[in-house]
Amino acid sequence: MSDLNNRNLKPAAADSEPGMPRRDFLKAAAGTLATLALSGCTKEAIEAFLQKHFQELSPEELKTVVARLERECQEKQGVKVSISTKAAAPGVLFGAGLDLSRCIGCRRCVYGCVKENNLSRNHQIQWIRVLEQEKAKGVNLEDANPYYDPKEVPREGYFYIPVSCQHCRRPPCVKVCPVKATWSEPDGIVVVDYNWCIGCRCCMSACPYGARHFNWGTPSVPSKHLNPRMHYFGNRPRPRGVVEKCTFCIQRTREGRYPACVEACPVGARKFGNLLDRKSEIRQIMERKRVFVLKAELNTQPTFYYFYSL
Amino acid sequence: MKKYSLYILLPAFIVISILAMVNEIRKGHTLYHEEWAHAGVVAHSPEEYPAVFDFDPLAGLQTNAGEIHLPPPPLQKETWPCSQCHDKDTSNPERRVLSAAHEEIVLKHDEEHRWCLDCHDFADRDKLHLASGEKVSFEESYRLCGQCHGPTYRDWRLGIHGRRTGYWNGSKSYLLCVHCHSPHEPKFKPLTPLPPPLRPEFLRGQDSAKETQ
Repeated sequence: MSDLNNRNLKPAAADSEPGMPRRDFLKAAAGTLATLALSGCTKEAIEAFLQKHFQELSPEELKTVVARLERECQEKQGVKVSISTKAAAPGVLFGAGLDLSRCIGCRRCVYGCVKENNLSRNHQIQWIRVLEQEKAKGVNLEDANPYYDPKEVPREGYFYIPVSCQHCRRPPCVKVCPVKATWSEPDGIVVVDYNWCIGCRCCMSACPYGARHFNWGTPSVPSKHLNPRMHYFGNRPRPRGVVEKCTFCIQRTREGRYPACVEACPVGARKFGNLLDRKSEIRQIMERKRVFVLKAELNTQPTFYYFYSL
Repeated sequence: MKKYSLYILLPAFIVISILAMVNEIRKGHTLYHEEWAHAGVVAHSPEEYPAVFDFDPLAGLQTNAGEIHLPPPPLQKETWPCSQCHDKDTSNPERRVLSAAHEEIVLKHDEEHRWCLDCHDFADRDKLHLASGEKVSFEESYRLCGQCHGPTYRDWRLGIHGRRTGYWNGSKSYLLCVHCHSPHEPKFKPLTPLPPPLRPEFLRGQDSAKETQ
């Protein structure tokens, strides 16, 4: 007992080695690895844990990562899926348009998006939120109601603003991310690397449009309804504890298709195209209609344009 | 005695206040959205509405660039072609209220100034005609609509008006005017909205609940 007390009373300066000796470090490292191996961590789990940042992955490494993700999804859901990593095409900057004179607030886009992007059904995540506004009050997001539920829409005296990620050219969410897990792609899509996100939700508080959503639980999608055509940044299965958002249906638009919300809209209020192409639909809209962006005073420079066709 | 009563009353008061606060938070939304207080309590998924998503946006499309695909006009099998009845008829070009057939068609489309034969061709019943007298087929009915609705016609051709499906940089599918607007009553019909999102206070899904156990 007295021995122990004596040792505790020794001054720290008496310690001959200030840092951790190499031998101890090696022992600790070996021990950690052994613990990892013994604790039932598979090689895959260790690989996943040690995965590099997406932009630092070499093409071969990316291939193994994608193969691992595909395998994981197949094991979990029992469906054969393909995860694309198709990069942005040169000379393309995506832009979306939404015709506020046409939108009737039927929420077809919301559910079309859920279906396409394998959004969690329970706990519920929806990337698009349709806001009901009084015509007399104009566009005023503070006073909007997303929970309207009448028998038929549009309601007399109201108009509707669907809001999702605005794919800003100066995205505040990207600026605040402490680990650079989210960034703006060359074609303007703001993406999240679900494998790099630490779930701190800084981006959610930075986004002025409420466009980012957090996976509080493990996302659940019935295997029967899983969309097997996936993209690394898009609709692949997300783990619990990461942030997700609209990706302009990256798995569709990088292949040249329209986003799911555009095709689901029964009134044709949603438009999509290449902002750098003078003949594209979105440029035609900018030529002929008066467009505006939400919260322009914040200078986030969205690529999502609202307009009135009437 | 007084001292002991405090031991009971004080915790009771605290518990009741906490319960009241929780209740206030849970019911809070009724204060702000009185009208739709019932909405957003249950999570709904797109699988409950198969009819809404039961169409193939790529039907009839190839990936070749620049092509535009127009679906056939929505003609009813019972009444098409029109000539199957109208050829035998003793035709009457006089403007009148229809009583022998087509009584179900209600014209709410500038009905004060127009009637059937302003668009439908009298001589060739399977065709429409423009103001100039030029006959157009039902497949090209947009030309007829475009006579009066010039700006909308221009917007439709540019892709600003109406739904387009397919490829943003390739072949696309348009819809004809009449796919969304009944030519006899063109105002777009109201739709039943899909259910509202879940309110945050009901967001606790089954999955996350299971995992915390």
